[in-house]
Amino acid sequence: MKRKKKIKLGTWAAGVLLAAILLMSLLAPVLAPYDPYQLDMRNALAAPDSVHLLGTDAIGRDLLSRVMYGGRQSLLLAAAATSLSMALGCVIGIVAGYFGGKADLVITAVSNIFQGLPGMTMMIAIAGLMGPGVSSMLLALVITSWVSFSRLVRGEVMKIKQEYFVEGLKGLGAGDLRIMAVHIAPNLMGSILIIFATRIASSVISVASLSFLGLGLQPPTPDWGVMINDARAHFRQAPMLAIAPGVMIVLLSLSVNVLADALRDKLDVRMDSVKED
Amino acid sequence: MGIIKYIGKRLLTLIPVLLGISIIAFLLGTSAPGDPVEAILNPDGTQIVSPEEYEIVKERLGLNDPVPVQYLKWLKNALTGEFGQSFFTNKDIREQMAYRLPYTIRLALFGMALTIVFGVGFGMLMAIFKDTWIDHALRAVTTLMLSVPGFWIAIIMILIFVEQLKWLPTSGLGSWKSYIMPGITVCVSTIGVCARLTRTSVLDELGRQYVTVASAKGLNARLVTIRHALPNALIPITTFLGNYFAGVLGGSTIAEVIFNIPGIGNYAISAVQSRDYYVVQAYVLFTALVYVVVTLAIDLLYLVINPKIRAGEQVE
Repeated sequence: MKRKKKIKLGTWAAGVLLAAILLMSLLAPVLAPYDPYQLDMRNALAAPDSVHLLGTDAIGRDLLSRVMYGGRQSLLLAAAATSLSMALGCVIGIVAGYFGGKADLVITAVSNIFQGLPGMTMMIAIAGLMGPGVSSMLLALVITSWVSFSRLVRGEVMKIKQEYFVEGLKGLGAGDLRIMAVHIAPNLMGSILIIFATRIASSVISVASLSFLGLGLQPPTPDWGVMINDARAHFRQAPMLAIAPGVMIVLLSLSVNVLADALRDKLDVRMDSVKED
Repeated sequence: MGIIKYIGKRLLTLIPVLLGISIIAFLLGTSAPGDPVEAILNPDGTQIVSPEEYEIVKERLGLNDPVPVQYLKWLKNALTGEFGQSFFTNKDIREQMAYRLPYTIRLALFGMALTIVFGVGFGMLMAIFKDTWIDHALRAVTTLMLSVPGFWIAIIMILIFVEQLKWLPTSGLGSWKSYIMPGITVCVSTIGVCARLTRTSVLDELGRQYVTVASAKGLNARLVTIRHALPNALIPITTFLGNYFAGVLGGSTIAEVIFNIPGIGNYAISAVQSRDYYVVQAYVLFTALVYVVVTLAIDLLYLVINPKIRAGEQVE
């Protein structure tokens, strides 16, 4: 009994934390004390004080304001990329699992190809060669994550397909499309949601990593990854420049991972079919 | 008979995968914006290139051929390990890769050693002490580890160990000490994933009948875990570690950039920044090839340790 309560507490804390981060990002224009782009060279690398609660960066921009804005772009990007991957992966996975046969063979072959491409390598190559930008990052993220959705969906669909209720529905004259959309898809929601959550967390980290390498979001965008990259030249004098945005990335990804774990426990989903990375 | 058939089948399925990967690697280079001829003749954008000169270089690069022909030529060269020369440095790509690869492999091996010790170790502890405070504490730690971006850990480590404590060198590869921080950078999140995977697979095995039998015979619970459940639980863990090792070859870029290690990740980043397509193609193809070969090797390794596959049963 006591243990159950403890787990709940962690889950609650994660939920509140995630809500707070999302709210902060959403309301950054209202909450931020300064304009995140406003330079103030006389105040460069100022230590934290009552005027600038977290201090300022190398060209005098208010760190707190930049941290508040810093998740907006990468969160949107991660959410968009993960949603796209999910949509693509679900359609492909359902088709492969439900129809089987040749469709499945081709799709499995293609999935194997994409699974054989190491994630970070592909992201660096795509984002780098196409030039840094939102569209190349979207493409890179979708290319490297749709397979984890389609694999899971394919496996689950194959299992569900054999259950009696599907047989029954067919007997009642339901069409394939209807069975897939109305009866099979809802059964997958739980496991999909879990991958969706963990994927968003890892995409935020991927976006930050690409931005850190200079291949993602570009300065002067107030973004956590970009900010940590900017901080590399000055973090010895002003460690807060690197610490603050990093802590935000960790808190965001931690809260999502804890929530995903709780969901996994609750649904008791076996995630064997999911490649962790 | 079953084994040979299995190996044969496994090798056959590799062919389309490798072809597909090679096509993607090739297309990544050719479909990227920018003109390689322009890049060679006019790297800084100040020269005037005559149309004749342009045509000569274009012909030399084989860019006048239709794309499928270009692909086949490229593939034929790649099969013999010939990736051509970098547009910019004119250095032979194969030589460069051969020179840089040992650095990356050393880094990957070091990261892997840490992952085995801490990932499998933490996972075992969690499984043995399931539902005690040790399990909870380690679960919190491992969740935290997989939520931390590698590049940030790298910077925090530099702040603590180089700036504050002055224990470690930042760059240069003088001694094994220089591999400590890069090694940790490449494996922090992997340790988290590996520990959790180990925990679940050991607990899975502990739930099986043979463990119950062993316990019923009066064997000590911890002994059962270590002697009987762990070897079986190692199967999914080995797959994970193999994938990880292959992944690090491509994923060590961040650690290599931050700590100035001249490995293949660093090579790829500078190639990407200068749009050096041949290098990027070679890099993608090479890392994917390693990934596929390692996966295959692990699969074949299972033949030795897993009787189910030997019997011809389909195992995911």
